[in-house]
Amino acid sequence: FYLTPPQVNSILKANEYSFKVPEFDGKNVSSVLGFDSNQLPANAPIEDRRSAATCLQTRGMLLGVFDGHAGCACAQAVSERLFYYIAVSLLPHETLLEIENAVESGRALLPILQWHKHPNDYFSKEASKLYFNSLRTYWQELIDLNSGETTDVKEALINAFKRLDNDISLEAQVGDPNSFLNYLVLRVAFSGATACVAHVDGVDLHIANTGDSRAMLGVQEEDGSWSAVNLSYDHNAQNEHEVERVKMEHPKSEEKSLVKQDRLLGLLMPFRAFGDVKFKWSIELQKRVVESGPDQLNDNEYTKFIPPNYHTPPYLTAEPEVIHHKLRPQDKFLVLATDGLWETMHRQDVARIVGEYLTGVHHQQPIAVGGYKVTLGQMHGLLTERRARISSVFEDQNAATHLIRHAVGNNEFGTVDHERLSKMLSLPEELARMYRDDITIIVVQFNSHVI
Amino acid sequence: AAGMFLRLLSDVRWRAANPKWRRMTCSQRSTSSTAEPHPVSLPAQAQVVICGGGIMGTSVAYHLSKMGWKDIVLLEQGRLAAGTTRFCAGIVSTARHISIELKMADYSNKLYQQLEQETGVNTGYMKTGSISLAQTQDRLISLKRIASSLNVMGIPCEIITPKQVAQLHPLINIHDLVGAMYVPEDALVSSANVSLALATAASRNGVQIHERTSVSHVSVQKGRVTGVETDRGQIQCQYFVNCAGQWAYELGHSGEESVNIPLHACEHFYLLTHPLKEPLASNLPTIVDPDGRIYIRNWQGGILSGGFEKNPKPLFTEGRNQLEIQNLQEDWDHFEPLLSALLRRMPDLEALQIMQLVNCPESFTPDMRCIMGESPTVQGYFVLAGMNSAGISYGGGAGKYLAEWMVNGYPSENVWPLDLKRFGTLQSSRTFLRHRVMEVMPLMCDLKVPRWDFQTGRQLRTSPLYDRLDAQGARWMEKHGFERVKYFVPPGKDLLDLDQSKTFYKPDWFDIVGSEVKCCKEAVCVIDMSSFTKFEISSTGDQALESLQYLFSNDLDVPVGHVVHTGMLNEKGGYENDCSIARLSKRSFFMISPTDQQVHCWAWLKNRLPDDSNLTMEDVTWKYTALNLIGPRAVDVLSELSYAPITPEHFPSLFCKEMSVGYANGIRVMSITHTGEPGFMLYIPIEYALHVYNEVMNMGQKYGIRNAGYYALRSLRIEKFFAFWGQDLDAFTTPMECGREFQVKLEKGMEFVGQEALLEQKQNGVYKRFTMFILEDHDTDMDLWPWWGEPIFRNGRYVGKTTSSAYSYTLERHVCLGFVQHFDEKTGEELVVTTDFINQGEYEIDIAGQRFQAKAKLYPFSSLFTHRRRKDEVELSGYQRE
Repeated sequence: FYLTPPQVNSILKANEYSFKVPEFDGKNVSSVLGFDSNQLPANAPIEDRRSAATCLQTRGMLLGVFDGHAGCACAQAVSERLFYYIAVSLLPHETLLEIENAVESGRALLPILQWHKHPNDYFSKEASKLYFNSLRTYWQELIDLNSGETTDVKEALINAFKRLDNDISLEAQVGDPNSFLNYLVLRVAFSGATACVAHVDGVDLHIANTGDSRAMLGVQEEDGSWSAVNLSYDHNAQNEHEVERVKMEHPKSEEKSLVKQDRLLGLLMPFRAFGDVKFKWSIELQKRVVESGPDQLNDNEYTKFIPPNYHTPPYLTAEPEVIHHKLRPQDKFLVLATDGLWETMHRQDVARIVGEYLTGVHHQQPIAVGGYKVTLGQMHGLLTERRARISSVFEDQNAATHLIRHAVGNNEFGTVDHERLSKMLSLPEELARMYRDDITIIVVQFNSHVI
Repeated sequence: AAGMFLRLLSDVRWRAANPKWRRMTCSQRSTSSTAEPHPVSLPAQAQVVICGGGIMGTSVAYHLSKMGWKDIVLLEQGRLAAGTTRFCAGIVSTARHISIELKMADYSNKLYQQLEQETGVNTGYMKTGSISLAQTQDRLISLKRIASSLNVMGIPCEIITPKQVAQLHPLINIHDLVGAMYVPEDALVSSANVSLALATAASRNGVQIHERTSVSHVSVQKGRVTGVETDRGQIQCQYFVNCAGQWAYELGHSGEESVNIPLHACEHFYLLTHPLKEPLASNLPTIVDPDGRIYIRNWQGGILSGGFEKNPKPLFTEGRNQLEIQNLQEDWDHFEPLLSALLRRMPDLEALQIMQLVNCPESFTPDMRCIMGESPTVQGYFVLAGMNSAGISYGGGAGKYLAEWMVNGYPSENVWPLDLKRFGTLQSSRTFLRHRVMEVMPLMCDLKVPRWDFQTGRQLRTSPLYDRLDAQGARWMEKHGFERVKYFVPPGKDLLDLDQSKTFYKPDWFDIVGSEVKCCKEAVCVIDMSSFTKFEISSTGDQALESLQYLFSNDLDVPVGHVVHTGMLNEKGGYENDCSIARLSKRSFFMISPTDQQVHCWAWLKNRLPDDSNLTMEDVTWKYTALNLIGPRAVDVLSELSYAPITPEHFPSLFCKEMSVGYANGIRVMSITHTGEPGFMLYIPIEYALHVYNEVMNMGQKYGIRNAGYYALRSLRIEKFFAFWGQDLDAFTTPMECGREFQVKLEKGMEFVGQEALLEQKQNGVYKRFTMFILEDHDTDMDLWPWWGEPIFRNGRYVGKTTSSAYSYTLERHVCLGFVQHFDEKTGEELVVTTDFINQGEYEIDIAGQRFQAKAKLYPFSSLFTHRRRKDEVELSGYQRE
């Protein structure tokens, strides 16, 4: 049983989304031309989330991918809330005052973000009031703190990440009279999410990363070839600095138990994350919240379970590592993707596939027979396969979709093998997670005319 | 496994020149004395210099020297037969659509067959036959039409079943075939060796051949060739022949006086394989599979297969480009569709090993026909190029015709379809050529259906009314770059899209044109005929009249305001042009000719009018918009717009008057319609065109006026037996042969060109006669439609071919026009055709192998048409052109 090419396409394209920055007077003055995004689930439901929005009160565009674990609640909450925290952190004092006054007097609020969402990307209506109140508390504090200095993007990103994680934690501790919301905030806090967020404003590109998703810059060399530049560091056991950091934050006695089997406390793959209060709260706090929490929480073995060798919490932080990059003319695109992509593809291949896709040039080495013995049949097979490869490029209107096609369908020769693609996509739900992870990709294309 | 190959192959880049191939194809060269480099210095002068040592140049040299011209120098920039000729697939095929091409190919085949015996050079000639396959019924019809033409020419040819195909060729997969055409005498040659053989024979006849000599430019004085400049010195000469193949365009533009040779190169690919396990027999027929866009011939025990892809790669657009030449590589990805077609046709070849994919540039022309003849601007400058990848098939015949042209002043056959003068500067834009050849090359394999229009290079020349007409549903065709209306699609009616409307049967516009014709018959129609070629010839004294009286057969010394239909004849009395001339004043004439005469007629007159500053000729084509007001109510419309009396008493037939129409003054109104219907031609200075059109349409409303197109015009003129130059009339047709003796004034008191020949015909009778045929048992809805070129049979014997045809909405029958000849039953000798011979025969017209009874007529059905005006009678015997 195989899926037909149209069936494969409809699966691959179900979640694709594209946004083009609108032009004025026939010109796009933004440094971003637009972006393509897509996700392919392996978990049911998918635990990855993505967000994209334009800042309306400051300049710049925000894009992010969020990889949830232990459920999707935390990733969902972060995908809804983080960009508001970042936008607010970036706002000048006067704008904050204006917004606060508007809320105070019940006037219409200045819009802060313009979202670019796929219809499947939802916001939870029930929690919006709660989330809004937390956000308002944050900006009120910012107003009170008025430092008078212009906001540094790096600092704003770090503050926003930390503040949101803090709010998630607090909301879970305080609880909510509404039982649905009460359970929701607890699920958000007890699950976790990594975040990799890009802020693009003119030639200034900031990447704030928490966890093991990754940002990669696609660079076109002078000879037309493509190379990849990492703009984030994975926060996991493979990152020596990260292991070092964790060890520094805890007594020497815990050194051996901190990282086991490449996992934090032998349990968690990413070394930084939102939520995951099990790695942040004291044992007492955890026990109190779980006990006073709803029955569903009490029945959950995972939430009740205390990590082994849990002596000096917190073990986990949501503080991002921020990298600033000044865009150059040769920087053509940015790929943000969850680890589901990076597990299957090398960044160099990602750079080449996306680069060739975006430029529409499919550098195929010309074939030459030369002195080799080739039959007509062999040549025919080779040519039809090459043509299929080109047509697979043309059948994708979305760079992220194209990348997923390769990530899932590539054979050992680096070409999409339809049979393999079809097999991978027709795996039953319970098996899918064993062969692949959720994949979420955003490809941002830069505007060389402006940079 | 395929993936492995990708890696294997992509590591090795193809080297530009494969030494193995070079050795293979050049092995014969060392045996030929002519191919050795000539250290000999160039002669200071020669009668003829031929540039290009490919099949064309050597063939011209061969034929010229055979006809007795000896003082000939042939220059080749590289080595003989080293360009496109060397890479040519070597297939000699007579299966051609156009009669003149068919004759050239037939002659070539016969020439090559005996060439080895004549010269001692091994030409590799092998009579293999060729099989053209049909995957569809339409293709089979197309093949049957060719088969009919071949058969009447005496070339054996047969329509065969798929089963018979399998018997003739062991490898063919026949399951998707509906039939095929087998031409047993078609042949294979080594084209390079044919060229070398021709060169050998020519050099024995005294032709000097110099290799590694390139022509930098051609010197011209007073419009005549005087010599050539080469990288090895000058040669003075009277004649120059440009046979430079794909470089002919550039060479044409390198001289002081530009000669436009509109051709453009495209890459052409074919595949060579190693021999099969059981090598293919060298006499195995060549396969042409036009629906698969490929040809396949046996080659050294393996195969050679190429084709004409849908997406050709034009090259050298910006001229000769060393980089591009060096980069001419095999492009397997480009070849993939053709390879698929090959393996589908011959699945057993899968295991056959590839030797090479050859990339060989071929030159293509804007209308898929080759280019030959003398330059319209430079006398003594001849051209033979643009073979559309049929160079080896045409080489012999084309060289012969060009040699005859140079020696005798004109070839022995009508070559107007190939004449360089059918093009002008307007076809010389590189962009135009690049776009057009990309359309032309795939057409090599496309179905040739009637009334086909090119899609590229359009909207170049347009009438000022173009947008207005287009908005009213006009559908366009193109002639000499000029957009002309075919018919108007009424609002709310949809026609099939272009591809689907291709048919050999009744077309989808049948009723639309029918209603336009009806309106011409019963009310009034407007046809924009601005594309006509218009010249004004005037002088200070009687020079204009005297010159024209000599150059035209009718008497032009008529009162001012009269219009004369007359032929512009050659020495043999044949029509070089057919035109109407209005005498505007004592000393000036307004001449109207067919659209595609613009270059030819200009050159013809320019070369023959006396060199007198008091006599001027001006091309005013672009200055006038021409509207044809056809129909019984045309007179009413025009009267209301002009206030001038235009009743027959005041405005008799064949009359020309300048008058005002609406607000516009200076409109030349002529009482002719080119259809035999009553009405007027309005020649309007272009700035008034829109005004006059609007006035005519507004005023015409109450008389039921509507727009009409050339298809309606065509139907009208053919049912009235009006011949059309370029279609029915050519340089080999005299007025006597088409019933136009009344347009010749043998006794006009002075000598004129062609007079002697006509006098002789008048005495001795004619050998062919223009005849009208009404198809009797032809079902318009169900049967194949006639087109032109259909064989005519009299009492079961072939007597000639049709030249045009149309459905007559009045007769409700198909009408074909054509020439009837009289061949002696025993000797085949041509005999005089008498009126009795025409009238006492039973006729049949062969449409794609099916014969339909036809009634022959020498005079039109005047009685069938209503007589509203006396002038009808006069115009009926007039003439028409399109």
